[in-house]
Amino acid sequence: MSFPWAEQYTPKNPLTQWIDEKLPLPRLVYNAVGAGYPVPRNLNYFWNFGVLAGLALVIQIVTGVIMAMHYGANDLVAFTTVEQTMRDVNAGWLMRYAHANGASFFFIVVYLHIFRGLYFGSYKAPREMVWLLGLVIFLLMMATAFMGYVLPWGQMSYWGAKVITGLFGAIPVVGEPIQTWLLGGFAPGNASLNRFFSLHFLLPFVIAGVIILHIWALHIPGSNNPTGVEVKGPQDTVPFHPYYTAKDGFGAGIFLIAFSILLFFAPNFLGHPDNYIEANPLSTPAHIVPEWYFWPFYAILRAFTVDFLFIPAKLLGVLAMFASILLLFFLPWLDTSPVRSGKYRPTFNKFFWILCLDVVILGWLGGAPAEEPYVMMSQVAAAYYFAHFLIILPLISRFEKPLPLPGSITEAVLAKYGKTDGATVAVPAE
Amino acid sequence: MASVEHIDGTGPSGEDGVRRRDFINIAAVSFAGVGAVAVVLPLIDQMNPSADVLALATSPVDLSAIQPGQAIKTTFRSQPLFVRQLTPKEIAEADKVDASTLRDPQTLEERTVDGKKQWLVTMGVCTHLGCVPLGAGEGENRGEYGGYFCPCHGSSYDTAARIRKGPAPKNLEVPKFSFTSDTAILVG
Repeated sequence: MSFPWAEQYTPKNPLTQWIDEKLPLPRLVYNAVGAGYPVPRNLNYFWNFGVLAGLALVIQIVTGVIMAMHYGANDLVAFTTVEQTMRDVNAGWLMRYAHANGASFFFIVVYLHIFRGLYFGSYKAPREMVWLLGLVIFLLMMATAFMGYVLPWGQMSYWGAKVITGLFGAIPVVGEPIQTWLLGGFAPGNASLNRFFSLHFLLPFVIAGVIILHIWALHIPGSNNPTGVEVKGPQDTVPFHPYYTAKDGFGAGIFLIAFSILLFFAPNFLGHPDNYIEANPLSTPAHIVPEWYFWPFYAILRAFTVDFLFIPAKLLGVLAMFASILLLFFLPWLDTSPVRSGKYRPTFNKFFWILCLDVVILGWLGGAPAEEPYVMMSQVAAAYYFAHFLIILPLISRFEKPLPLPGSITEAVLAKYGKTDGATVAVPAE
Repeated sequence: MASVEHIDGTGPSGEDGVRRRDFINIAAVSFAGVGAVAVVLPLIDQMNPSADVLALATSPVDLSAIQPGQAIKTTFRSQPLFVRQLTPKEIAEADKVDASTLRDPQTLEERTVDGKKQWLVTMGVCTHLGCVPLGAGEGENRGEYGGYFCPCHGSSYDTAARIRKGPAPKNLEVPKFSFTSDTAILVG
């Protein structure tokens, strides 16, 4: 699970020795995120976002468990208890705003974490399982976030639940029974609210479990790095602690500053005013949109307006939306280039940035009203998204001539600082 | 049977090479599998609508107060339901259209009960993304075809609540309903 030169855990005092014999948990921690885990010495700040995502999950669990202490999961009182939490509960406003904006920040850092993986080829062998488990976490996050948004039982909660469960209704024959089964009724109601609350409480702990698998799978080959060149010897690594605990700690400080700015100065910036109106099944908000982190997928869903080969447009949209995420599970086998890092792949690099732009545009379109010219633009952007992964990427992998790779991580680091001798002394990361 | 050579639990082989232990293994695992399925079924079924929700699966509607040209908005299965008494002019407008030219071809007859063509009962749920169309309330925008108009994405329905313009794929759904008397219906 680690490199042979990793430092060994040697408990000094009798108490830690006694614990190590009975339950070697400190040893596990030492080897996983302590001095016993050697990490490439050249990781840049993009490697902070895994730890930051973990921090965001902790914030969500802590604020969420507290929110649950003041929440009534019943359609008659849900809206009121959330407002009571905001107005009457001591620091309730802080808990709720931290929880709502914490979800946004969780997605921000996870999207940057995915961006890092895509650019530096972290999904490639031997780290495919890390990538696949990461996608599972992403899907669980989306389900959790969706159900959490229903709980305040505002207008957007209600109509969001109706539209999203309606997606399953688009499936032929079994669709409507599935929708009724998911909701526990013919429309969102008390049964839906209760089950969403139960699952919203459960899923974060499932996520925490999959994160453990994600880290376990990562620690077998060890972290990727900006060069994409594998670790060759002790001179290429530094111990996780203190080098990356310090670097991640600095990143966590920046994260918390950014989080606080939104939390304390614009807590409703990412929300919808409609959600401060209690759910009303007889009146629709004029403009139903999901939370911003679903917008790219929502744009793909709405891009299909014409039936094709007897498949209704609505079903095509649903299939395309699910496919846009499921597609990523095949990424390690669609990108066959042996070079990992985008730094050394000139053609990939250009198309990668076009893809990033495409996803940002999809995000913007997903938040826009469903009218022209947005619909047409969504169609073009959605088509490009699929083309990138299914056509462009496999072709680049086949024909691209990558730039020469550095001989080792150390060579790349020393070249950056104008030194050419292959010193084996482990210096701190840049 | 407890001879030394069988102490590893393999048991004697039959003449066809099948050991008794194999049979016991398969039988035990199969039985446990059936049991597991039997346990999972109620775990799944509990998520279906409960009896109190299903009890509201039919809704009686009193029609006596609805004048020609008026509509009421009520609920059926916790979703909006529109009940409208059409005027003769509205019926004529709906009949004038050649149904085969429509996006979702249906005549007014097909959407109403025989002999009670003036009673148009539809769900108030736009078939596009599930918004509640306008037009049931007094003075609301009824769209350019004089039926219902969805403010979300501009779907216009005609006087028979058939989709005529905009993104919705289908006519407003007509739920199953029957007349219990001349002035009352039971929906569902």
